[in-house]
Amino acid sequence: MGATSGVAGAGGDGAGGDGAGAAAAVRDPGLQPERTRLAWRRTTLSSTVAAVLAVKAALHGGVSTAGAVVCGLCCALWLGFLLVAQFRIHCLARTVTPPALAPRLATAAVLCTAGVAVCAVALVV
Amino acid sequence: MIEFVRNARLWFAPEEVRQDGSTPDYRFSLANERTFLAWLRTALALIGGGFAVDQFLPDLRWGWRIGLALALLAVGVLCSLRAINHWVRCERAMRRGEDLPTSRFPALLSLVVAFVAVAMVVVVLAGWAG
Repeated sequence: MGATSGVAGAGGDGAGGDGAGAAAAVRDPGLQPERTRLAWRRTTLSSTVAAVLAVKAALHGGVSTAGAVVCGLCCALWLGFLLVAQFRIHCLARTVTPPALAPRLATAAVLCTAGVAVCAVALVV
Repeated sequence: MIEFVRNARLWFAPEEVRQDGSTPDYRFSLANERTFLAWLRTALALIGGGFAVDQFLPDLRWGWRIGLALALLAVGVLCSLRAINHWVRCERAMRRGEDLPTSRFPALLSLVVAFVAVAMVVVVLAGWAG
């Protein structure tokens, strides 16, 4: 399905030499699924940095009830993002030609990001 | 703005996106997904910058500190919402075989980031002099 050659980033030396069956033949020499998986990993790392900064801001200058609540909320949002990324990475690994990202997953990832920003506003003001 | 609200419905409705046109080469969808993730990272970086301004510039006057932090956080939220909106628009355009949507957002974002950077320089220099 849609295995036209010469699409963006296919590089030159896609043929390899091992010829390990049909699956390897269909496999994209541009390593698109792998690159997408790494992009999810990078984004999870960014989300971790934001979460760590949030926890530092929440616990700065003593622990209060409000600070602890916001801290827990940020950790939950980070965990949510991690689960979304993990689920998507599993989807990518399951088939040779993975399906497109489901809008619901994208929305969940965006909501986790925006949620951290809302927590930040609560912490800053 | 109305377009944005109409697209917002699609964020939660995978079936509706799939009914449109035909499925493009999976590599195009994955490239679109990576672009979406790159914008999401930009948003996270802006949010992290908001935290950093608030946390690591304690000597700044209250108004400046809060103002800069809130500006960065607001731009971060805007960036993440725009990321998914643009992703949905691109996905739909690819399915329908149309041209990819154009956007003024990158230009706008770079202007805002430049403005914030200049403001930071001014604030730091003023703090240095005073």
